[in-house]
Amino acid sequence: MAAVESLPPGTPSAMRNAFGTVLSALILVLIGVLAFSIRLFSVIKYESVIHEFDPYFNYRVTQFLSKNGIYEFWNWFDDRTWYPLGRVIGGTVYPGLTLTAGTIWWVLNAINIPLSVETVCVFTAPVFSAFASWATYLLTKEVKGSGAGLAAAALLAMVPSYISRSVAGSYDNEAVAIFALIFTFYLYIKTLNTGSLFYATLNAIAYFYMVCSWGGYTFIINLIPMHVLLCIVTGRYSPRLYIAYAPLVVLGTLLAALVPVVGFNAVLTSEHFASFLVFIIIHVVALVYYIKGILTPKMFKVAVTLVVSIGLVVCLIVVAVLVALVASSPTGGWSGRSLSLLDPTYASKYIPIIASVSEHQPPTWPSYFMDINVLAFLVPAGIIACFSPLSDASSFVVLYIVMSVYFSGVMVRLMLVLAPAACIMSGIALSQAFDVFTGSIKYQLSSKSKDDAEDNTSTNNAQKDESSSGKTDKGEEVSKERSSKKGKKKEREPAEKPSVKSKIVKKKALVLPLEASIVALLLLIMLGAFYVIHCVWAAAEAYSAPSIVLTSQSHDGLHVFDDFRESYAWLSHNTDVDDKVASWWDYGYQTTAMANRTVIVDNNTWNNTHIATVGTAMSSPEKAAWEIFNSLDVKYVLVVFGGVIGYPSDDINKFLWMVRIGGGEFPHIKEADYLRDGQYRIDSEATPTMLNCLMYKLCYYRFVETDGKGYDRVRRTEIGKKHFKLTHFEEVFTSHHWMVRIYKLKPQKNRIRGRVKKLKQKTSSGVSSKSVKKNPWM
Amino acid sequence: MKKNSSVVVDLLLLLLAITVLATPAFSDLVLSKVERRIDVTSQIARVTKTLKVVNSGSESVSEFTLTFPKFLSNNLAYLSVSHSEGKGKAKRSLANLSVKEAHPKGMPDLISFYSVSLPKPLSKGDTLTLEVVAAFTNVLQPFPEKITQRDIHLVMLQESAQYLSPYVVESQSLSIKLPNARIESYTKLENSKVQGSEIKYGPYKNLAQYSYAPIVVHFESKAAFAVAERLVREIEVSHWGNVQVTEHYNLVHRGAQLKGEFSRLEYQDRPNPQGVSAFRHLLARLPPRAHSIYYRDDIGNISTSQMQSDSKKTELLIEPRFPLFGGWKTFFTIGYGLPLSDFLFASEGKRFLDISFGSPMIDLVTEKLIVQVVLPEGSKDISVTTPFAVKQSHEIKYSHLDIAGRPVVVLEKNNVVPDHNQKIQVYYKFSNINLLSEPLMLITGFFVLFIPCIIYTRADFSISKSSAAYLAKLQWDEVHWNLVSSTNTCNLLIV
Repeated sequence: MAAVESLPPGTPSAMRNAFGTVLSALILVLIGVLAFSIRLFSVIKYESVIHEFDPYFNYRVTQFLSKNGIYEFWNWFDDRTWYPLGRVIGGTVYPGLTLTAGTIWWVLNAINIPLSVETVCVFTAPVFSAFASWATYLLTKEVKGSGAGLAAAALLAMVPSYISRSVAGSYDNEAVAIFALIFTFYLYIKTLNTGSLFYATLNAIAYFYMVCSWGGYTFIINLIPMHVLLCIVTGRYSPRLYIAYAPLVVLGTLLAALVPVVGFNAVLTSEHFASFLVFIIIHVVALVYYIKGILTPKMFKVAVTLVVSIGLVVCLIVVAVLVALVASSPTGGWSGRSLSLLDPTYASKYIPIIASVSEHQPPTWPSYFMDINVLAFLVPAGIIACFSPLSDASSFVVLYIVMSVYFSGVMVRLMLVLAPAACIMSGIALSQAFDVFTGSIKYQLSSKSKDDAEDNTSTNNAQKDESSSGKTDKGEEVSKERSSKKGKKKEREPAEKPSVKSKIVKKKALVLPLEASIVALLLLIMLGAFYVIHCVWAAAEAYSAPSIVLTSQSHDGLHVFDDFRESYAWLSHNTDVDDKVASWWDYGYQTTAMANRTVIVDNNTWNNTHIATVGTAMSSPEKAAWEIFNSLDVKYVLVVFGGVIGYPSDDINKFLWMVRIGGGEFPHIKEADYLRDGQYRIDSEATPTMLNCLMYKLCYYRFVETDGKGYDRVRRTEIGKKHFKLTHFEEVFTSHHWMVRIYKLKPQKNRIRGRVKKLKQKTSSGVSSKSVKKNPWM
Repeated sequence: MKKNSSVVVDLLLLLLAITVLATPAFSDLVLSKVERRIDVTSQIARVTKTLKVVNSGSESVSEFTLTFPKFLSNNLAYLSVSHSEGKGKAKRSLANLSVKEAHPKGMPDLISFYSVSLPKPLSKGDTLTLEVVAAFTNVLQPFPEKITQRDIHLVMLQESAQYLSPYVVESQSLSIKLPNARIESYTKLENSKVQGSEIKYGPYKNLAQYSYAPIVVHFESKAAFAVAERLVREIEVSHWGNVQVTEHYNLVHRGAQLKGEFSRLEYQDRPNPQGVSAFRHLLARLPPRAHSIYYRDDIGNISTSQMQSDSKKTELLIEPRFPLFGGWKTFFTIGYGLPLSDFLFASEGKRFLDISFGSPMIDLVTEKLIVQVVLPEGSKDISVTTPFAVKQSHEIKYSHLDIAGRPVVVLEKNNVVPDHNQKIQVYYKFSNINLLSEPLMLITGFFVLFIPCIIYTRADFSISKSSAAYLAKLQWDEVHWNLVSSTNTCNLLIV
């Protein structure tokens, strides 16, 4: 201490300190640049365009927001989708992303930087991933110091799992939500470490932003209570924990209820119950600690027995009431997506619409390697590092990784939540390993050069240990201190002692042989290099395709398949503005955003019956389908067909889902009718129902004339029914590679005689089909 | 189908009757020889006339009157009259003459009059040769109006075999150049014949004033009937060395409308693709040294374009997202940068931008053209000279970090044909100091941003010097120092 006080600023040590700060700031800036630029492969290889499906919806909402302002946005009733029902956008959408991009756009335009809304939307995700890596730095710094922080930030900047959701153009909620998630965790840990109400308030605000951004906020509001519970159970309760948790629940819940899409769900659904339960528990514990402080141990024991016996009765009653309440709601108070989290087989069993989305499926083992790569091997080391010594903060990240590993195993989409945890753990592991190895090397080198003084070495060793693993010692100190003094002391104080202590302890284990250290260092660097190579490859090759433009490398150069936009442009310019377009729900968002036409169903699958109606129409024969579509005022039907160029995710491959979802609501559609011996096929062995359904006909209309045989390149077979004519539909547009085909409903024939006949038929059939549940639109 | 054409013929007869009745003497000019050539190889009917004018009267004449039937003059997009002096080989360079619309009294409404002021009064017995170039849009009527994908595209042209003129015509001839030899029908008159893809009428001798002989030619046209319903060209001048041109096209195919199905199969059918009435691409001739060319629409880049460039020109072949059939529409934007030095010149203390007015697309008709010339912030004394009349207005545009905004000259013109692709000049005054204003603003901005940051990190803003948090902060700082110094000492020991 004396030495420190005698050091005036400006000495070499002060210079070193300043240099370190500047260096880490510089590294952080570079990490931000890296995080931003590794996500630009999509712009460089393709173009600056919004990707995939959901981002198009977000883009459209942002356009609306920037054009009409925030008040119009909250009240927006979108009549261009879910025709004829429409959709209340303002109240059903997580507004965080759109508000963020809208604000960025507004600010830029206010200072006369005329960027288009599209540009802002495209680059929102890369910008926020830079923010996310900085937030990771802050979080890991709180846990294990700035070295680990920098390593974790660098790892997160290029973790493939996160890149897959945040390349330029991937304008989805996750883009800002991951930043919000990490930042909320950081503020929680910060509050936990400092006990400052200021950070607690910030934490609630960050949580609010997270609630605005993504449905994944439930992860936070369950993880933090879990951690609080863990701390209480392991005897780590402290006023700091109370400050970190109680304001978050109160303020956070109030703020969350302000978001229209959450509203009263913040107090009504079971996803939030854990936080309230823990809120009660922490108050009880606080009370107990308080009473313990003012009572003598004997009196305290008496009080405990008294309270526990009464408390148990009350708890039982409360639990019974809660269980009754939850059980009385149809899905047990849990939404389908959350239920499938707990029971991975839930969705595929009960909700085909959730199961039909590939990102709701459990991941495979290779996808772990693909998405987090070497981090998977570093995580265990990181966990071990977190346990030596275990602090509040490190126990939190351990809990975080455990929970996220579980959830990622349930749903591919949640790999995204795992990625930051894996990065933090690996960052800690790498940083600790580097500390040990470089420390050993330094020590061995110095001991070789100065082989004279034995004592000197020992002090040297001890001091070096302290410096290389100074944080470790300090942390350990903290935990020891806390257990003895109920954690009353400030965390950073005890670091004054280590020099004395470590001299006594002498951790010989941390000094490794020179050669081993060097080899280990090289191996670690190689591991890191592999990670970087993999990440760059993943960013460039695997995750950058916008999916609306496909490319293929052929012998005569790059071939571009831009069929989707070709047909959307056609729809947009050559159909009436109020025409309704029916397609499978996958293309709903794109149709409304790119073609600006009204659609029947879209990717926001809120109304299962409506989707089932379209599914039924697609699986019905032409005439019945025409009637369903006509009753829905549909003028054009759009199908996606990959048989000509071999595009596998086309409507024929998705068709069984249409049958299943349609059949779920309208029992006259039976999946078995479309399968031959349980096999889905479209060749000559296919069932007549399959060969006569609308989807088959619209996809394969005049397909046989392309090559004379009708060879489908996706299914690798010749189609079953080759020559047929359409009676109720006419082809109006087919894109260049036949990927999108648009048909128009032919107007009803104007024949009086026929109409009378049909009416007669209707009355006769209406009586007979009363018993069978029929399509309501017919 | 027949009904339509008969109405047209009726109209022409009526016109003829009226014109023959009303024959006031304009002057004593006589057209000794009239040669008319009508070029209908594209969607624009381009009429070139060579008129040999002789003054047979006694007084000298300084005005010459051109006449067009109203149904043609309604579609008149471009008219220029030039004259050549001398005879035969000794022809001198042509000079444009001023033309203005005239409304002489007592004339029927079905004829439009244009009065041309001659360079010098034509005295008795003198001759003068006038070259008249007129371009008409929308005069090639698709007929039938709706065709299927398999049909060929037929259009119809109505004209007069005899030159409608308020003067006596001594000798005249007409030739109509068609895109190909496939002629569905044409009005057969005396002295009419077909030569390959050309139809010739005449020569006709000594026709009275206002002679009129309606003819209808019905033929196949493979030309692209590409019409820009609205074209906005934004020309932005940056004194950092670039002229950025951005053109927004609302394109429509104005040929016969497609009826029935569009079958991609038949369209792509080789060896005999159906759907010849559609056009796949357009050719844009950009100025030489054009760079950073892009081609996109609302929903992103359009990848189907090819570019060729050499020292004289840059050719951009653009293909809309989908083939355009009759009645189909599309929208796209092309943009390119041009080197400033090729287009900006200085004269008499002013700078002027010398840039072409119309679209660089070949054979494109623009129904409404809006040219916005965006000058740098701080430009003054702006004036525009154009070779033809346009509607002018001024606007302010706010772009990158502007404060006062950039002055914009907006020029509007309807019915623009490629003949309007002439240079316009925009004169303005601009001081080079203004160039530095934005970089300086940025520097100041960052300076102002960093100063509070520096002050914030150096100063102590805590309110209470005795609060627990403040003491904790002090302690933390101390510990930090301790840590750093111990690291230091140990490093010193090692080294």
